[in-house]
This record gives sequence, C-alpha cells and structure tokens, in this order.
Amino acid sequence: MAADGGMGFATKRREDVRFLTGRGKYTDDYSPANTTYCAFARSTVANGTIKSIDVSVAEEMPGVVAVFTGEDFVEVGGNPAGWAIVSRDGDPMKEPKRPVLAHGKVRHVGDAYAAVIAESLAEAMDAVEAIEADIEELDAVVNMADALANNDVLVHDEIGTNQCFDWGWIEDNRAATDEAIKNAPHVTTLELVNNRLVPNAMEPRCSIGEYDPGTGDYKLTTTSQNPHLTRLLISAFVMGIPENKLTVHAPDVGGGFGSKIYHYGEEALVLAAAKKLGRPVKWTSTRTEAFLSDAHGRDHVTKIELACEKDGTFIAFRTETMANVGAYLSNFSTATPTFLHGTLMAGNYTVPNVYVNVKAVFTNTAPVDAYRGAGRPEATFSLERVIDKAARELGINPVEIRRKNFVKPDQYPFASAAGLEYDSGNYDALMDGLEKHADLAGFEARAAESAKNGKLRGLGVNSYIEACGIAPSNLVGVLGSRVGLYDAATVRVNATGNISVMVGAHSHGQGHETAFPQVVADMLGVDPMSVEIVHGDTSKIPFGMGTYGSRSLAVCGSAVYRATEKIIKKATLIAAHMMEDSAENVDFADGEFSVKGTNKKVGFGEVALKAYIPHDFPIEDIEPGLEETAFYDPANFTYPSGAYACEVEVDPDTGKVDICSMVAMDDFGNVVNPMIVTGQVQGGLAQGIGQALLEHGVYDENGQLLSGSLMDYAMPRADDFPNLVVDHSYATECTHNPIGVKGCGEAGAIGSPPTVVNAVVDALQRGGHDVEHIDMPVSPARVWEAMNG
Amino acid sequence: MKLEDTKDIAAPRTVVWEAILNPEVLKTCIPGCQELTGSVEDGFEAVVIQKVGPVKATFKGQVTLSDIKVSESLLLTGEGKGGPAGFAKGAAKVSFADTDEGGTRLTYDVEAKVGGKLAQLGSRIIDGFTKKLADQFFERFQDGLEEPVETENADEDEDEEKPKKGWLKRMFN
Repeated sequence: MAADGGMGFATKRREDVRFLTGRGKYTDDYSPANTTYCAFARSTVANGTIKSIDVSVAEEMPGVVAVFTGEDFVEVGGNPAGWAIVSRDGDPMKEPKRPVLAHGKVRHVGDAYAAVIAESLAEAMDAVEAIEADIEELDAVVNMADALANNDVLVHDEIGTNQCFDWGWIEDNRAATDEAIKNAPHVTTLELVNNRLVPNAMEPRCSIGEYDPGTGDYKLTTTSQNPHLTRLLISAFVMGIPENKLTVHAPDVGGGFGSKIYHYGEEALVLAAAKKLGRPVKWTSTRTEAFLSDAHGRDHVTKIELACEKDGTFIAFRTETMANVGAYLSNFSTATPTFLHGTLMAGNYTVPNVYVNVKAVFTNTAPVDAYRGAGRPEATFSLERVIDKAARELGINPVEIRRKNFVKPDQYPFASAAGLEYDSGNYDALMDGLEKHADLAGFEARAAESAKNGKLRGLGVNSYIEACGIAPSNLVGVLGSRVGLYDAATVRVNATGNISVMVGAHSHGQGHETAFPQVVADMLGVDPMSVEIVHGDTSKIPFGMGTYGSRSLAVCGSAVYRATEKIIKKATLIAAHMMEDSAENVDFADGEFSVKGTNKKVGFGEVALKAYIPHDFPIEDIEPGLEETAFYDPANFTYPSGAYACEVEVDPDTGKVDICSMVAMDDFGNVVNPMIVTGQVQGGLAQGIGQALLEHGVYDENGQLLSGSLMDYAMPRADDFPNLVVDHSYATECTHNPIGVKGCGEAGAIGSPPTVVNAVVDALQRGGHDVEHIDMPVSPARVWEAMNG
Repeated sequence: MKLEDTKDIAAPRTVVWEAILNPEVLKTCIPGCQELTGSVEDGFEAVVIQKVGPVKATFKGQVTLSDIKVSESLLLTGEGKGGPAGFAKGAAKVSFADTDEGGTRLTYDVEAKVGGKLAQLGSRIIDGFTKKLADQFFERFQDGLEEPVETENADEDEDEEKPKKGWLKRMFN
C-alpha cells in the first residue's frame, strides 16, 4: 500500500495545488476586523545622532492612531544574538543592544526610528513623511578593513571598537598550522571576497499584532521560518510576554532563504502597538524596505593559504576572514561566520592542519546573517578556489588533486582537522558520477567547438561538504549556541484513522506537506493523503526549532519517525488486546497487525477506532487515544556532499559569461521524494549561479545602499541558466538518524559558486590570459577588465 | 560625485559677481527652484522640485553662500531633504577671473551626494544627473548675463524651463 507515495516516491507536491491556483494564504492576506496599518520612518543616513524627533504634526494627520519612537521602547529588551562567541583572548563577543526602534543613534540606512499607526496604509505613509526628525549625519564606516583599523568612527560608541570578536578555530592548532605552512614545499595564497547578497524572498516580510484585552492573549501572525523561536525571543528577551500568552503563527510563507529565521523589531512593534491600541496592527514591508532592512547574506573578505606537497597532497589550510555583521547582531549572525564556516574548512579532505581566524566587524550597513548555506558557501568558495589555483600552479588536473586528498570510504567515521566527525560519504563515487554525467572527457572537443565560434570555453570542477541538520544540542551548546537544536513532532491518529502530524519545522517552499506524510505513510502502511502536516502555529504544534540549515527532514523528520514508532508500539498493544494475544506475538506490516503463525489480523484503521472507543480496554495497561510526541536531538550534524561541474563560454570581446552546462552530483543520504529534492537543488543552483554571476549588495562609502531595487540588484532569470543536471543517486546513508537522510535545501547554493568561478578562470587561462581570480559577481565588466587589465 | 568645469561669460567680473549674490538670480538659476527666501548673510531657504530617474520629490532645504572673497571666489552649498525620497547635498566652489576678452571666467568645482531612495534607485544615473544640474545652473547663469544669440538647435535644448537668453540683463535694466 505504501508503495504508492511512500518513501522514495516522486509524489507531486500537494501544497502546489493551492500555490499554483492563487489560493495560498500569506500573512498579508489576513486582515483581522478593525485592523490598523503601520508604516516606519527609516533613516536615510548610515550613521547619525538623533537630536530630536517631532511627531506632533504626524499625530494630527488624518487617520493617524498613534506614533511610536525609540523612546517608547527604552525599557524593552534588546533582540539578542543566538550564539555567544568567545574571542581568541578569552573575551566574550561584543553585544551592543539591538532595540525595537533606533534610539539615540541610527546606524544604517533603513534603521527604523519611528512608526506610525493609522486607519489606512496610505494615511500611515503620509504621516511618516510629516515626522520631523533632526538627525545629525555622522561619518559612516562601511569598509571592514577601515572599521578595524581605526576607531574614529564607531558603529556602537559604547563598545569602543567595531570588532565584535576575533575568533580562532581551532586555536590549539594554530601553531602547528603555521609551522606546517612555513615548511611546506608549495604554498598557494588567494585573497577573495564573498559578495554581499540581498535575500529577496518573493514575499516581503509582513507582521500582524493582535491583543485580546479580555484574556490578555497576544497573537503575532508573521513571515517566519521558525515561529517557536520567534515566540521564545519575544518572550524571553524582548518583551517579556509569557509564552502561554503569546501565539506566533507563520502561515504560508513565500520564501525565506534564511532572512525569515530571525526575529525583527517590526514584530515587537506591532505587538506593542496592538496592546496599546486594543486593535490589530499590520505592517507589510515594501520591496525597498526589504532591501534596506532584511538581514543580508555572505559579505566575507578572506585570505586563504593552502600548503601542499609537490604532488598535490594537502598539508594545511589557513584562513583569515573578515565577516561583516552589519550594524546590529542579527540572531544567527555570530554563528554563521564561525561554527557554520570554520568547522567546514577541512572540506572533503584528509588535510591534517586547519586553522581559521574570523574577525566579525560592525559596519553602518544592514545586519548580515545566515542566507541559504550560511557560512558553508563561504567555506566552500574559499577552499575550492584555492585548490583550483594550487592545481594550476602545480600542473595537476583539478579532478586529480581533489581525488588525491579525498577522505576515502573506509575512513568513516572521519575526524576532520576542523573538528567535525564526518559519519559517511563517498566523494570518489560522486566524482566518478560527475565525470560520467558531465562528460568531462569530452570537454576538449567542446572547447574546440567554442573556439571556432570565437568563444573561450572553460571547465570548472569542485567538491563540497556541508554540515546540516543543525544539530546536536550538546555539540552546539559547547560551540556557543544559546538554544537547543532538537526538533519535535506529534503524531495524532484520529478516530477514523486519518492522521494529523504537528511538526516544529516550518515549510516555506520545501514541500514538507508532501514529504513528511510519505515517511509516516510508509511506516504505517496507509495512504499518504490520509496524513496531514500541521505547522507554523505555536498554539498547535510542539516546541520545535523551525526550518533552516537543511534540517527539517533530518531533525524534525526524525522526530516524526520516532513519534510514529511510538504510535506503532501503542497500536500493537491495542491490536494484541483486540486479537487476544500478547504484544510480542503481534507483527505489523503493510498497515495490518497479525498474530504470528495464525490468520488473525486487524487493520490499522480498526485499531485507531478502538483507541478512541475503548469500551473493553484494560485501562490499567492501555490508555485511550492514539497520539504520540517525540523530541529528537541528533547525535551529530549530517554531512551532505557533492561534486559539481560547470562549463562556461566567455565572450572575449565583451567579457560576458554564458553558462553552458551545470551538473550537480549530490549525496543526501536516503531520499524521501526525489522530485522535491531535485527541485531544491535546482533552486539552490539558481541562487549560487546568481551569486557567482549577478548579485551584489553594494554600499557606497557613505553607507548608502546603491543596489537598493530590483532595477539595480541583478537577480538571476530563467534564461541565465542552462538545463541544470541534478543527480542524487550516488548516496551514502546518514548513519545516525532513523531515516538515513542528510538534507538537501542548501547544497546547490553551497557547491555552485566556486564551480562557476573556476570555469571562468579556466576559460580565461585557456584563452591565454594569466588571470588567477575574479571576485563575484563575475560580471562582464570584471571579466573584461581581468582580460584587458 | 565630483565634477569641475569652467564657463566664460561675456560680462565683466563685477557684474557677474553682483549677479551671483542676487537671490532672484539664484532662484532662476537653480533648476526646479520654486521658492527662495533669505539673504546672503543669513542664508536662504529653498524649495526645489526635482526628478531623479524614477524619483520625483520636493526638496526643502538651505542654500548658503560662504567663504566669500569679493569678486574672486565663494562657496555655494545646498542641502535639501526630500522626505521619503531621501536627501541631496551639494557644494560648488566657484572662482572668478578675468578673460582676455574682457569677460569673466567662472571655474566651478562641484561635489554632490545623495541618500535614501535617491541613492537606492538613482545611483546608476546620479553622476549624470549631478552634471546636468550643475551645467544647467551655470548655463542659465551664463545665458542670463549674455546677449541673446539665435541658435539652430534652440528647440532641442533639454533644459525645458530655461529662461530666454539675456533675462538677467533685462532684470537689471
């Protein structure tokens, strides 16, 4: 029965029925009765002292209900960083307060300093214009090197520095790594920039605050990837509303990519305003506000050195990175450049020495935080670019130099030099698959064909490994996480046999509503369509940590699995009772319980009904009902890996790069729904290629965001991509979660940026241009300049 | 954004100097200027409507003349806030010298900066826009002081609001 639509079946996504027919219901689609509308006054300068804010005219404007400024939130707590990082010298990281509304100073363009609530959005926006803010512009600090080099301009005066932390990983390995590099026969050095990205989810952020004076209950409907975490942050840190008086509901969410993991000040504001006014308050971000105030991604400046033997055997990686955290610490901003980045700096390789130094830097720019891949794209880009350069310097084929250093299948579990224990993988098999599917052997012929057309063809190849399923609480606790990172699920078998599964993960494009039921249906032998996922509403779901870090199936899916195991265990007791035998003698397969060696059997549906009509239960042994909850805390991260290849054609006259082919071989462990997995990889590839070729969040020296619209910030379009070849058949099971899955959400965005840049550099090298590196985005201007500079 | 240029004006230095200190002249020369009140000593309050790319806004702000060295040089600064459109700031150091033909050589050194939506949406075009604005200002100023000359492409002039040549002279007469 489970064969149709169970594990491994490419079931079409049931949620797409509503998404593709315009019936999705997003936060902005909700307008409770009597709703008021909120608009924010945002700083137009990157750094400034708020001398006065006169709201008297705005308050008298038509339709205006209330105006708030930072003064109103002085007593309220700050929005905290979720990870505490300790600097090399033992000092804790600097954690300046992040207020609901700016108070005293504005610290980036778009920093909100006042909010107007009005009867209509138009009236609120008009009144924002009537706010007279006397903000004295100060010099801004935008460049990270400048920010660290001198303290003339401070983003946060009270901490006396722009450095958030100076982190070493692993500090005890520093001396050995330095020594290894000093004595190495060959050292390749590369300086590179991981370009700043603006997430640009299709649905901008939106938040609705409601307050019921009768019960004292608050409700926040918001665009969130993890409603429970948002509730926890609001309750425990920002507003002190008890969790049992606050519901956070994230309904359909139109893309997050990380930017909707975090709690933002606008959410606290609409709640506070709703309480004060006794009316619902709604704020919907404009696209411009999204550019200015959503957490951005990446923005690292790195120097990486690779020491190796003349035969290409890796001896050491050493990196120094400056990571931009923007003007305030967003919730995961301190984890992203550290434990999601430094721990991956051994890559897929048996290299014995790794040392990573990361300085996190405050600047007068929007906060920077995790964005699809979060730290791992930065690690992969640095590693796979410097390896490519080393291969060229040593005259070794880029595939061979990687194979030479791969962790081999018989080495698992493998303790990497960057402190992680990889549980499974087969990087050579992935590379074998890549050589076949990407027809690497046929490249020279294709290059010759391109040359006939006046184009320079290049081939880029690389591997990646990432740590997903974030993660085991005991490990992340040691690493500085202030929360546990388990997840939870409740499986409720209803009396007539259909099933509701309440999950802590949140689906905003990942297809959970289809994939999770496949797991449950497979285990119970029931029709997947009889299983329904409930997610996103803290009043309905158990406490889970939400969706990010490709963790949903590996962590929350495992909780679903464990809860379903409990269901089977209890249902077996009930079935045994029904068949008048002992539970040990009862087998369960294909949705039926049977007594060994007899023809006695009873269906799952009958057992479910019995659970709720327990007329003859031995109630001292069996409780009525059939509902189980499991919290699942993994034993380790999961380690998806892959091998990617890309071929590009560069137009030597214009520098324009066309991607001719992109092949992604990924090991995600077991795959629940291959169609969804392929779609996830394709989406990730699109974002990775976007980063490599097009996207760039640019601030000028005054801290003005120059790429602040979709006219100026180049998002990739369908015709920027070739057919994306995705294969996840070369899989090794995750050894420590019950489904054997690893996570696929970020892989494409992690693996592909170096593939593209490797290919472009290869094309230029083949064209006789001695170009070692081009920073992303590899725009026509940059490529042309590299060729002709 | 920075730019430098010179303009030779067929009028004596004293006349040119006097003209640039005249609020009416400033008002007519500042492109899009709707109102200008105040004095050289106290500074001026100005209302300017400008369109930068997709952003059209009314800027309210100050225009100040400072570092005045009579008949030699001055610093013309302006700062305007355009509400949700953001802000614009600019300064022009203007020097005056005699030309061989008995006219005046105006040398100007302009620095401009924008913020807010103007920067986000208009950065692609802001350099060209600043140059256009500065050119318009000094061309209007030049035209106002010179005799009208019929030109063939007068109709194609992109400065649509430009007053007729010699307007300034007529103002003084």
